[in-house]
Amino acid sequence: MSAGHDHSHLSDTELRVRSLESLLVDKGMVDPAALDVLVQTYEEKIGPQNGARIVARAWAEPDFKTWLLADATAAIAEMGYHGRQGEHMNVVENTAQVHNLVVCTLCSCYPWPVLGLPPTWYKSAPFRSRAVIDPRGVLREFGTVLSGDVAVRVWDSTAELRYLVLPEQPKGCAGLGQNELAALVTRNAMIGVEKAAAPKRAGAA
Amino acid sequence: MNGIHDLGGMHGLGPIDAEVDEPVFHHEWERRILALALASGAMGKWNIDISRHARENQPPAQYLANSYYQTWLVGLEKLLLEAGLINAEELASGRSAKALPDDLAKRVLKADMVAEVLSRGGQFRMDDDVPAEFLLGDGVRVLNNHPAHHTRAPRYVRGHCGVVEQDHGVFVFADANAQGNKVPQHIYSVRFTAQELWGPDAAANDCVNVDLWDGHLEAAD
Repeated sequence: MSAGHDHSHLSDTELRVRSLESLLVDKGMVDPAALDVLVQTYEEKIGPQNGARIVARAWAEPDFKTWLLADATAAIAEMGYHGRQGEHMNVVENTAQVHNLVVCTLCSCYPWPVLGLPPTWYKSAPFRSRAVIDPRGVLREFGTVLSGDVAVRVWDSTAELRYLVLPEQPKGCAGLGQNELAALVTRNAMIGVEKAAAPKRAGAA
Repeated sequence: MNGIHDLGGMHGLGPIDAEVDEPVFHHEWERRILALALASGAMGKWNIDISRHARENQPPAQYLANSYYQTWLVGLEKLLLEAGLINAEELASGRSAKALPDDLAKRVLKADMVAEVLSRGGQFRMDDDVPAEFLLGDGVRVLNNHPAHHTRAPRYVRGHCGVVEQDHGVFVFADANAQGNKVPQHIYSVRFTAQELWGPDAAANDCVNVDLWDGHLEAAD
């Protein structure tokens, strides 16, 4: 799309944002080149592929998993992920007995360095309102049905701690490398609304 | 504040609309407002809790109607005006009437600084040697306070009892930080049973963990 000068098709919001950007650039308060780098960073460099690498390594290396659960901030930083909206990390582990789900009921806190910017549904009123009072209903909406003997633990991100769910490793992963394991780890599994995907392999049970 | 942003436990807000293969941004203006908000923060005129309050402090109908990035726009306009970085005439015209003072011009985020600034992140932990008021396993009750200002104690836990499960260490107290005061306090992960929060119809084995500061809690039996 070209940046034409006919603004008649623009929404009120678009006009307000354009006007504000013009003002702040005119004032010298923001550097347009820095704005482009910020956008590029969150659109192209930081995303759930980071978290998936962390999970795959935890599945493959027991010592790393132990470290990750004991001191997530340090273990994740060692993989090169740290900084804004991920300054203080906690990793919570799903098991056969416990399923974890992350929400921010008050705003939309989310671990940016490992998952990127949050999806729209995570920031929406329906998810934020119901995750704490009806987590099993929320999980069912994502197709995740848990038996009654699995405990659900919801983590409301009310402070500067950010949460990442370590999903259970699916069956049939023997022999997979960390890149193949990472491909099974969806963003939604690391928020806790889904389980990790089963490997698609000939002969897998 | 008992605002509409404090959504935990509300009914009737509809199904969760999870878009498949959702792009990072849906509109060009979303890219620009995200970047403008992050870049404007370099002026050092507000902290994360002041900016949260600027976003949450909207009329409820407007808050619910706005998308996430529309709320960022509302918040950023408010922060810039309140900090005196821009005035209402400038906001209306989109033109600068007054140059940025030299001390602020030095703070402008340049393209080659972005990676370092993002990877450094914010400073929320404090070095102060503040004793913890609670120990792991202690029973606590969330104070039944309803401040009109910013607070990170959601309404759905106020007055309810939980157990201290983890001491995260000493951090800046968000409720005071939103008013420009740096108060060091311990943050705890407090575990509440679902039945304590939502009554006997909730699943007996479910629970909710909420991160709360010393200033939100009192000892419970």
